[in-house]
Parts: sequence; structure tokens; C-alpha cells
Amino acid sequence: MKSTRTTYISKMATDLKPSGIRRFFDLAAGMEGVISLGVGEPDFVTPWHIREAAINSLERGFTSYTPNAGILELREEIAFYMKNQFHVEYAPKDEIIVTVGASSAIDLAMRTILDPGEEVIVVEPCFVSYVPMVELAGGVAVRVQATKENDFKILPEQLESAITSKTKAIMLCSPNNPTGTLLNQAELKAIADLAIEHDLLIIADEIYAELSYDDEEYTSMAAIDGMRDRTILVSGFSKSFAMTGWRLGFVCAPIEISSAMLKVHQYALLCASTMSQYAAIEALRNGRPDVEEMVKSYRRRRNFIVQSFNEIGLTCHEPGGAFYAFPSIESTGLSSQEFAERLLMKEGVAVVPGDVFGASGEGHIRCSYATSLEELQEAVKRIKRFIDSL
Amino acid sequence: MKLSPKEMEIVEILETNARIATDVIAKMVGLSIEETEQAIKKLEENKVIVRYISLVDWTKVENHPGVRAMIDVKVTPKRGVGFNDIAERIYRFDEVSSVYLMSGTYDLSIIVEGKSLNEVANFVSQKLSTLESVISTTTHFILKKYKHDGIILETETIKDKRIVVSP
Repeated sequence: MKSTRTTYISKMATDLKPSGIRRFFDLAAGMEGVISLGVGEPDFVTPWHIREAAINSLERGFTSYTPNAGILELREEIAFYMKNQFHVEYAPKDEIIVTVGASSAIDLAMRTILDPGEEVIVVEPCFVSYVPMVELAGGVAVRVQATKENDFKILPEQLESAITSKTKAIMLCSPNNPTGTLLNQAELKAIADLAIEHDLLIIADEIYAELSYDDEEYTSMAAIDGMRDRTILVSGFSKSFAMTGWRLGFVCAPIEISSAMLKVHQYALLCASTMSQYAAIEALRNGRPDVEEMVKSYRRRRNFIVQSFNEIGLTCHEPGGAFYAFPSIESTGLSSQEFAERLLMKEGVAVVPGDVFGASGEGHIRCSYATSLEELQEAVKRIKRFIDSL
Repeated sequence: MKLSPKEMEIVEILETNARIATDVIAKMVGLSIEETEQAIKKLEENKVIVRYISLVDWTKVENHPGVRAMIDVKVTPKRGVGFNDIAERIYRFDEVSSVYLMSGTYDLSIIVEGKSLNEVANFVSQKLSTLESVISTTTHFILKKYKHDGIILETETIKDKRIVVSP
């Protein structure tokens, strides 16, 4: 019999670092009267007609498994949606897989494309799961830093210098969590050229695509010339339709990649939740006005919070999408961890220190504006008081 | 009046909450405070914004008297003026808070407010049904308001159930 518990744990799991967000959650969760700008999900409840569709599916007894790739009707709606909204075409039968949130889609992509030791270039600051998911799939994450000097847009030359003979893919997220940075068509094109030149895949996390606030229409990486065949496009319902708890995402990729991903998916997860899939059909069919209303509301709150931060001395670039502002706190002389921790203790405002999203996030804090305007106003007031007290 | 996109934004913001401070609205729509003030003034002058009122849930106020009834009214329209004449006769009463001309089995839908059932009943029997053009009335008293003008009247505020910090 093995003597200690740790002997049961794999080296991989032992070496995984707990997310830096977790520590903050533990700190903030026990406190009273906290205003949280630390939440990475919409403040809207899923629109009623979508919830009602799920209830209806339960009442009618649709409680069995669905096909591995998801209900065909849903995949057809996704194909229609992607074509209409983002001008990319995928075959519903072969090129779309419904997943358990976008996270499982990214995991699926990594496990399908990576051989041991192969590299994925991960652009930081980014969502905390990318690097661990590369590593869990046996790959090596090569981090490159998007910097504040470039409004957190990665430059092609930075990517190029990270490419080696082992590079398989570039992991990209636009609009970005945590910076809100949105890449325009020309910027995507420059990265695409690189991918084509070096024969790389791009895993495009476009979960925030609907939440983009520029006048210019959103461009999907897969819509760039020559990129459809080398893009694994990840998206979902969590952010756009306020459906985080439903755990429903999808991944679109050319048939060779999709069919390989489907093999992994069928053994790992079988299929996504059935009632969530029925809800998603309703979301795609009738949820457009909801999305538009929510986008409007986020845009106004973004404008408010960005201008307010700049006024109180926290330099903040204007994020083109998502629902995060990523102001610099360097003027305070504190590290982002110190700033966030002391702000929480002193004024009861929870933000996420930028360094948990990657080295270049240091000196910044992530503030989600997916919270009520009243709370945002109060948070700004408290943050100002905190800065003035330093 | 044709509204510019910014003016439209301002109206939409004020429609959800008329008490938002002007400097906050200015930030939200990307105008200066002065520009925002001017835009609001223009909207008021053109009666796009008619009035700022509060949605009050009087049932929360102890011993507050007050009943509302929706009344379906059938009337005889008059040559030349149609329903307008009789509608005006009705909406001029202070007890009447709304009057709508309807399609369907009756003509006017009116909402009447009073301090008690009796008061509304008296209004209907003595003022409304005695009007010459009124053929019949059907009175429905409102027992409970669940939702009014798009606002759900919650008995308690729903707590934010999201976890405090998430990726």
C-alpha cells in the first residue's frame, strides 16, 4: 500500500499551479459589502425565452444523449449564425462540434493537434487556462507578451521571433480577456500571413466576438483569405447570450481537424448537455435583439469606466471589446498584486491583478464592467479614495 | 424630430433611470457635460422627454389607500368626430389615468384610479355610464401588479449570485 496521498497524483497534476485568480477569490469571498469588478461573466440573467426553451425541452422529456457533435438542428443554426454574423462557412454535419463551454473546445483543440513537445505560441496577457491546457495536452506553451505600449496588440515580429521548428499553432483571443483588446482586419491579416508562411494553425478564441464596440465590423480570423483551412475557431454562448452556467460552446474547423477532434470529444465528453443545446437553438433563432441590447449596455458602461479611470489617474486604453477595462496602476508604485490586495482590504473593491494573466499584465488590474452602473460609480469613488490615500 | 445617435442614447439612458447624473451620462455617450445638458434641454423643449416620473409601488406603503380598475367601454361614435369627442369627455376626469381606443369587442379601454372600491364604483355608475354616447361598461379591478411598464415589481431584490472573482 502506498504511504502518502501525493504518490497517487501524477507529475503533471502536481506541477500545475493553482490559478492566481483562485487566491483572490478566497480573499474576497469571505468579505461583506464587497463590490466586485472581478467577475468574468455577464451580469445579465439568460433571457427568459431562452430559459423557457430549456424548461420546455425538459417538460417534453428531451433528456437523453445527443449525437457527439451536438443536435444537428443546433449545428445547422450555428452554421447559419457564423455565416450571417461573421461571414465564415462551415458544414453543419462535419465541421462544427458543440462543446461544454469554449474551455472544453480549446482543450479539445490542443489534445487533437499536439504531439509531445510541440509548441503553441500563447499571446499574453490572456485567459488563465490557455497555458495549462497546452501543457495538459503534452505540448509546450511559448509565451509572447503583448504590451501596453501597443495597446496590448501583439506585433507580428514578436510572434515571428517565437516560431521554431516545433511550433504547431498560435493561440489568439480577440476581443481579449483580460485587456479587452480587439484586433482589426489588418492586424489579423498580418498574423495570418505569418501563419501561412510558417504553416501554422491558429486557435482563435472568439468567445467575445459579439461584444465588440468598434464601428468597424468584427472580423473573424477564419474570414481572412486563406485562413479558414488553418483556423480552429472557438466560440460559444456564455458571453454573447449571457449563458455561462449552461456550459455550452462550439468549435468550427476544417473537416480533417474536426473529424479528429470529434474522436477525442466522443471519448472525453460524449456530448454537451441536452437541455443547454435546446436553449441554444432558441438563442440563435430569436436572441438577436437580446444581444444587441446587452452590447449597447456594455458599451455605455465601458465608456463610463474608461473615462472615469483616466480621470482619477489610472491610464486606461479604450478596450474594443469584451467587458473588461485594463487600467495601468503603475503610477501608484504598487505591484498589481499589492494594489489589488490592499484595495480589497481597505475599500472592499475586488479587481484581478494583471500579472495572473501573464508577465506583461503586471502593472495593471482587470476590472470587469459587467456590473450595475450604480456599483461601477461606487467602485470608482472607492478606488479614487484608495489612490488618494497612498 | 429626428434624433442623432447620441441623442437617442441619452433618451434611452434616461428612460431606464431619469436620476442618472448628467456627468455620468456624458461619459457613457462620449459628450462633454455641457453638450449633454444642451441635448437634454433640447429633448425636453421638443417634448421628446415629456416628464420625469417615478414608478412607485404603493402596495409597499402601509395603509396606503388606492385601487385601480380597467374598464372596457362601448360607445356610439359621432359623425365627424368619431371617438375623439367621447374620449375627451372621459379623459378630462381626474379619476381617469389612461384612455386607449381599442380594436375588438369594445371601443375604449380606460384606467381609473380611486381611493376605494366605492369611489371607483361611484365614478362608473354616476359619471361614466351616464354619458350619452356610452352604451355599456365592464369594470375589472386590479388585484395585484406583477409587472408595470416593463418593470417587474419584485417583492425582494434578487441578489447577485455570481461568484465574486472568476476567470
